[in-house]
Amino acid sequence: MSFWPLDNYWAHFAVFATVILAFVVIGVMAFIYVERRGFGPFQLRRGPNRAGPFGVLQPIADAIKVLLKEDIVPAGADRAVHFLAPVVVFLPVLLIFAVVPFHGKLGGLIPNLNIGILYVVAVSALGVVGLFMAGWGSNNKYSLISAMRVVAAMISYEMPLVLSIIGVVVIVGSLSMNDIVTGHQVPFFLLTPLGFLIFLASSMAEINRGPFDLLEADSEIVAGFHIEYSGMKFAMFYLAEYGHALAMSAIAATVFLKGWVGPADDYLGGLWFVAKTLLIFVLLIWFRITFPRLRIDQLMGFAWKFLFPAALINLLVIGIEEVAFDGDIPWWVLFINFAVAGGLILAWSKLFKLGGGRVEVAV
Amino acid sequence: MAVDVAFWILAVLSVVAALAVIMLRDVFRAALFLILCFFTVAGIYVTLNAGFLAAVQVLIYIGAIAILLIFAIMFTRDAQAGNPSGRLRLPAGVAAVVLLGVMISSAVTYGWLEGGEMSEMTSTGGLGQLLFSENGFVLPLEIAGVMLLAAALGAIAIMREK
Repeated sequence: MSFWPLDNYWAHFAVFATVILAFVVIGVMAFIYVERRGFGPFQLRRGPNRAGPFGVLQPIADAIKVLLKEDIVPAGADRAVHFLAPVVVFLPVLLIFAVVPFHGKLGGLIPNLNIGILYVVAVSALGVVGLFMAGWGSNNKYSLISAMRVVAAMISYEMPLVLSIIGVVVIVGSLSMNDIVTGHQVPFFLLTPLGFLIFLASSMAEINRGPFDLLEADSEIVAGFHIEYSGMKFAMFYLAEYGHALAMSAIAATVFLKGWVGPADDYLGGLWFVAKTLLIFVLLIWFRITFPRLRIDQLMGFAWKFLFPAALINLLVIGIEEVAFDGDIPWWVLFINFAVAGGLILAWSKLFKLGGGRVEVAV
Repeated sequence: MAVDVAFWILAVLSVVAALAVIMLRDVFRAALFLILCFFTVAGIYVTLNAGFLAAVQVLIYIGAIAILLIFAIMFTRDAQAGNPSGRLRLPAGVAAVVLLGVMISSAVTYGWLEGGEMSEMTSTGGLGQLLFSENGFVLPLEIAGVMLLAAALGAIAIMREK
């Protein structure tokens, strides 16, 4: 299936680099609109509805407004670090999309990279360096507290995230994104439901969204790491935040929802991919608006006492099935996996509590 | 050709970053340059067609080790005051020079295989075979895992005393 006529590597690179940039920027604007518009009904209000029909032009108006604002660097800040932080935060977001197959087998920058999903995990770990630089370089104690929270969350949630992906990799037998898309006739959110849920939860923590947005926590540390940022630099953080959400939605759609595969995917593959990405993002919005923000000890407890053991058991179950069926898992295994997932979640909800309202501080 | 250009850019960057790590007074910036150094080394792995190694380098050295390092710096009281000058500067320099000499001499004298064919297997599959196959390194790998676990438990046990 040779869909891409350009065989020249540099032409391929130039075209897809442009496509990725456009996809990220337009996708982020669309996501911001969808999220703010979606928040409206949840909070019994309308959401943006003034700029353009249904408020569609609101993100553009916001972007122009933010570009025109004054750029302020606090006194005593580490200027170079303060300046570079937004760039370092945004860079990994773009890098992730290099391995995402948008359309068909060749519709991406390097979708056949043989370490695809490992690359995604490694690159998305880079963003935290930028958050650190912002927290430290701002010379503000709230920024620093936020940066410290980021590390704690990142280190805890990376493990269940990787383990949930490994379950899929074990079934497929390859790390390449394209092989994962075409790896099994059943989408992996049905075949490994527990892995999908763990991936969603820990990726929400990884991109610091939803109930896990402790590093921003407006009510405690004002706005966290980007408290001292304004104008274009703040816009970069905003772009990176939603870009990361877009990237994680795209990865979830590719790994667990079979990416571009769908009816008539020779022509509509790209549309299927975008639709599935949007579906995941709507789910993320739903989680963010429904669940209250976790406290830091609850955040740690949730990662280490629930997600991590559940991810290990999930991996064990998949490994046993893989050996039992000699590498060719039939579709009806999904019933077993659903039963395991349901049983585990029920058992944990009975056995394990996220330390109610009391915090015990060791002296 | 492009690979050569990439190699030289990465090599020069990594040496500059490594020098910056030991020269800079500001500990936080030194740690950032250490991250740059790790990253460029990962880039060199990519030019050598060792993609798996590069990804693991980024994931572990930047994603875990460097982050924990910065975490520790943030807990240091006088981090802004800069690197305290140590009295062990001279012995450290001597040890570093000796180590560098040993590494260079062993790298030069070792009988490297040249002009070999590219392995058929991807580096990931090859590594997996090497680590987990029957006549591979299963036993050392498991022993290393158990030792790391013991070290982690030991650290917790020592901290618990207080």
